[in-house]
Amino acid sequence: MTDVISPARRLRRGRPEWLRGPALVGAIAITVWLLVALTVPLWSPYDPLAEVAPRLQGPSWHHLMGTDQLGRDVFTRMLWGSRTSLPVAFVVILSSVVIGTIVGAIAGYRGGWIDAVLMRFVDITMAFPPILLAMAITASLGPGVRNALIAMVLVWWPIYARLLRAQVIAVKQREYVESAEAIGVKRFAILRRYVLPMAYTPVLVNATMDFGQVVLLTASLSFIGLGARPPSPEWGAMITEGATQFYSWWIATAPGLAILVVVLAFNYVGDALRDSFDVKGVL
Amino acid sequence: MKRYLARRMAVMPFLLFGIASIVFLVSRMTPGDPLVTIVGERNLNNPEIVAAAKAQWGLDQSMPQQYASFMKNLVKGNLGTSFSTRQPVMHDLWERLPATLELTIYALLGGVTVGIVLGVLAARHRNKFIDHVSRFFALIGSSLPAFWAGLLLLYVFYARLGWLPGPGRIDPRGLAPNKVTGFYTVDSLLQGDFGLFKDSVMHLILPATVLGWGVVGIVSRLVRASLLDEFSMDYVRVARAMGLRERTVVNTHALRNALLPTITIVAFTFAFLLTGAVLTETVFSWPGVGSYAVNASRTLDYPAIIGVTLLGGTAFLLTNLISDIAYAFADPRIRLS
Repeated sequence: MTDVISPARRLRRGRPEWLRGPALVGAIAITVWLLVALTVPLWSPYDPLAEVAPRLQGPSWHHLMGTDQLGRDVFTRMLWGSRTSLPVAFVVILSSVVIGTIVGAIAGYRGGWIDAVLMRFVDITMAFPPILLAMAITASLGPGVRNALIAMVLVWWPIYARLLRAQVIAVKQREYVESAEAIGVKRFAILRRYVLPMAYTPVLVNATMDFGQVVLLTASLSFIGLGARPPSPEWGAMITEGATQFYSWWIATAPGLAILVVVLAFNYVGDALRDSFDVKGVL
Repeated sequence: MKRYLARRMAVMPFLLFGIASIVFLVSRMTPGDPLVTIVGERNLNNPEIVAAAKAQWGLDQSMPQQYASFMKNLVKGNLGTSFSTRQPVMHDLWERLPATLELTIYALLGGVTVGIVLGVLAARHRNKFIDHVSRFFALIGSSLPAFWAGLLLLYVFYARLGWLPGPGRIDPRGLAPNKVTGFYTVDSLLQGDFGLFKDSVMHLILPATVLGWGVVGIVSRLVRASLLDEFSMDYVRVARAMGLRERTVVNTHALRNALLPTITIVAFTFAFLLTGAVLTETVFSWPGVGSYAVNASRTLDYPAIIGVTLLGGTAFLLTNLISDIAYAFADPRIRLS
């Protein structure tokens, strides 16, 4: 990233530079899904849990994506699914960023044996394929959305800890931090006011990219039967139900498309952010 | 080089130890009695089984001692007995590993090949239509829920069009080849059964496509980026100034250097493949480690879950090590210290 801001860029207000093309489409898609998640109870076409029509009907005008094996409207259920996936992903990312920031900042700023111990723990946690560790933790805690969420946080925070630590170590060596130390600013204040703001960009960019991956992981855990349980309209669980009604293709298609759109949107936005801020991935 | 190898090898036992420790922690996370996770709920009323398990896993002892017996059992290769198959977990894993490896290797080979081709095309036509298409294709690969893609492909190519066979490794009416390597495509050839070979290849196409798609995404993005880096180098400019054809410049000069970083990505890709395998195998009823893990999670078969997790972590560590070493051999510019 260049430190020089061109006058043109400084003068132009409004839309940031990275927000164009596919990234803009992605951002719009994310906004639409957020609105749906927030407002769907107000205008929902049908009750997501009630039997509203004959079973296993193909898509029609009344039921845009058909009905499932219990006569529930698939389109409605897909809309309601966003009320599980998006909040869960948000909480997972937020918690992971907070924990990762605390651990990474302490490790990077203090250094020494604390750094060594924390980072070895991070390394080893990251040695597991995320889904396997998340499955093991969820199974141990007991299936359910809440425990799946806890498991995903436990799997995810080390990524941010490692990222932030590297950044903190780089920023720590800058002269202005040295000067702050020299004039006796307290350590915590230096970390909070001078180091973290400069070290944060990669974490935020990666968090955006990871949002989609967490949506995917949530759906995967539910698909396996460790997350949301069948009656509740959750995308992964809906696909499981769709798999049992193999020839009624629309049941699994709707939630699958929803996942694809949301994850793709976050990937595009994250990709554009990464290019714009010139951030390297964690791996 | 030798010193680097020696040091990497020396750290391995500690890393493996760390992985096992995390797995132990996870296995003791259960809110209830850990006994349930070892013998299963059904056997809780059977005093003999309970007593045997307590003795073997040191359950009536303190936590550190339990940890010690966990490690001792691990060193002996004892991961406990699966509740659902009633076989030692180690035995189950060993039996199912070839199926997963076969699927993963074909997915990796296919994915890397297509990924390199797409990456080269994208770099040569930077910011043109083909670049955007390949970017879209790549991002789809990492956004696609594997379990959903599998269902969809099965529906279209098996149920509707009938071009490809359904789930499983071979036709359910057929007999599996005699086990030599455990790879059906290899074993069927070894016993000279070409029909079976064709059958197993046809069964591989869909799951390997689903699994390999993500690899295409990762590899093509990386090849594109590193090829663009090479394009800005002097030697490429010289080659172009000499009037070499663009194809020669790319294929014989730039690409060779650009491909080096893909070696490191293979380890990362492998983790991606393992993740994908868990879900893909479930959809395709592929009798590998992934579907074993999912069955275990669905039935809360704790010893099996623990075993698979341990296997996954170990596999990831090993591939990381191998790819680092391969990279060091392939690129003499890298000085490892």
